Amino acid sequence: MGRSPSDLAVFVGKRLVQLIPVLIGITILTFVFTHLSAVNPCAQWFPHADKTTLANCQHQFNQPLVTQYLQYVNNLLHGNWGASVSAVAVYPQIAAGLPATLELVFAALFLMIVIGIPLGVIAAQSSGRWPDHLVRIFYLSGWATPTYLGAVIAAIFIAPYLGLPSHGEYTGLVPPFKQYTHMSVVDALLAGNLPWTVDAISHLILPATTLAFINMGIATRMTRSSMLEVIPLDYVKSARMKGLSEFWVLYKHALRNSLITTTTVLGVTAGGLLAGTVVIEKVFGWPGIGAYAYTAIGGGGAAPNFDGAVAVVAVFAVGVVVANLIADILYGLLDPRVDWR
Amino acid sequence: MAERARRIGRSAILLWRVLRANPLTLVGFVIVVLIAGTAVIMVSVPHLLTSYGVDQGTVDYHQSPSWHHLFGTDGNGLDIFSMVLYGLPVDLAIAFAIAGVALLGGGALGLIAGFWDRPGTAGGIASVVIMRITDIFLSFPSLILALAIAVSLGRGVWQLVVAVLLTWWPFYVRLVRGETLAVKHLPYVMAARAAGVTEGRIVLRHVVRNVLEPVIVYFTLDIGTVLVTLSTIGYVGLGVNYPTTPEWGSMISYYQGAGLITSYPWTVLGPGLAIFITVLAFSLLGDGLRDVLDPRSRRVLAGNAGRSSTSPAEQEEAAEEVQQEVLELPTNVPAAQEALS
Repeated sequence: MGRSPSDLAVFVGKRLVQLIPVLIGITILTFVFTHLSAVNPCAQWFPHADKTTLANCQHQFNQPLVTQYLQYVNNLLHGNWGASVSAVAVYPQIAAGLPATLELVFAALFLMIVIGIPLGVIAAQSSGRWPDHLVRIFYLSGWATPTYLGAVIAAIFIAPYLGLPSHGEYTGLVPPFKQYTHMSVVDALLAGNLPWTVDAISHLILPATTLAFINMGIATRMTRSSMLEVIPLDYVKSARMKGLSEFWVLYKHALRNSLITTTTVLGVTAGGLLAGTVVIEKVFGWPGIGAYAYTAIGGGGAAPNFDGAVAVVAVFAVGVVVANLIADILYGLLDPRVDWR
Repeated sequence: MAERARRIGRSAILLWRVLRANPLTLVGFVIVVLIAGTAVIMVSVPHLLTSYGVDQGTVDYHQSPSWHHLFGTDGNGLDIFSMVLYGLPVDLAIAFAIAGVALLGGGALGLIAGFWDRPGTAGGIASVVIMRITDIFLSFPSLILALAIAVSLGRGVWQLVVAVLLTWWPFYVRLVRGETLAVKHLPYVMAARAAGVTEGRIVLRHVVRNVLEPVIVYFTLDIGTVLVTLSTIGYVGLGVNYPTTPEWGSMISYYQGAGLITSYPWTVLGPGLAIFITVLAFSLLGDGLRDVLDPRSRRVLAGNAGRSSTSPAEQEEAAEEVQQEVLELPTNVPAAQEALS
């Protein structure tokens, strides 16, 4: 077994190298997209463009595919991600929206961990009895709720009832402090501004809860099934026989072991959480890349922005890949059975 | 004839045992049967359930829900409940088409990648290529990829099906490959090979039959997921044309876009409730079936019920389960995800 720090470097390095073909694959697929759209992509991309732009575009499409692809990757690496129909550059907008989306996703992940995992423990503990059934109905309800329906109900019916805001990051438009991270709560905390922190958190609650509720099933279900696997093991029985309280046995001894499997939740839910932001950010007026994707795709009947749509899809894919990488490395760190070499 | 009757009888008994194991599974099964029955009636004799035709206006405009109009009416006098009923076979047909084609196509690729995976052979190369392409597709959140494809293809039923289908097959490749890998080294497969059965026949007669069970369970759960995804695409405005084609997601998008949610909420909540109940029913059934098939929870279920009968057949089954578990023991995150998803 190799578990020394130098082996860890090999372990992480190997995974980073494995990323390269996947990233190349993602760029190839998004490149195919740019060619998939229509008989005459130029006319569809630039419906209001002048003759020179159209001619430039046509010229690009007449190059060999490999040249076009290399040019595309080169542009991607240099932050030249194209522009919308009204000539607003894509890259700065996505870069500006990314922190807000990350904040929303992390908040939802936090809620999934503090609510979803204990629910999984309760379900496993009472497997086959009514608390188990209630938990199952709860997480399958989240699964069965279409994202927009959950978001719309939360924003229009629940928000006024609870007195929570349902639009944007802050009540005021411009906060009176410097925004270092562009994550609303973090910035307010960094500035040490308590009223604005409370305001930011109250704005985050509903979108994050909706996003967490819809994705709760995976966390709860995985905790439940890995707890069911751990509970009959001898070390749990011996902890119980030592006279430890049931709470201590379950949450300290059993959960600790089953959480190793649950780290994979991060990788499995990344896609669902990111996809959920598209509609949730739109409904709650959250200034992230999900709302950007909604508009770029032509949501609500707007004119689609192809460059923006392709770029944002690629960013989401990279997000999923990175989440899986982190989950993979975490799993390797936590599970002593994994050989790092 | 007698043999066939006995086999059907045995399947019925098995189904009843599975349903009895968890009351929620039974509830899900009953609702699914009711939904299927309603869909059949709506296709053949719709006037049994509603007195209105598709897209047939009444003189009741903007009525709130009543006994006469269960889900109220819209501004054109359309009875929302009838439109939801007409949408049921449309949504179910699209969902079954997508999940079914994904199962057949993805499943075939998964069988190839799982069964002929020896490195160096033609099969090994094919297997690597299939899995790499699958991985790339899996790194995109499927909803977002489907949205991007839908925007390239334009509006319509066929475009919708193709867009979701293109993102749906990789899940079946991963699932079937995992199951094939677990099955193909089992003694009975080796015995068949030793007896001189051809490779193709082994795959069709012995592997497929044993892979089928988890795939059907996944398929049941998947119908719900497809429905939710479809309706989200409809909501974003890339779905079909309502009210000519009564599809639930497009229906919600239509009324939501007209700003009816606050003044006439039933126009949006009616189809939303239909999606919720349908998806919940399929999920309850699928989740319950998955529990029964999961060897870990099956053992716990049996332990709880105190029914530890040990007929030779059951012992054999248990040994097989242990062997499967050993083969499926997650040593890294992708494998763990495979086992759990």
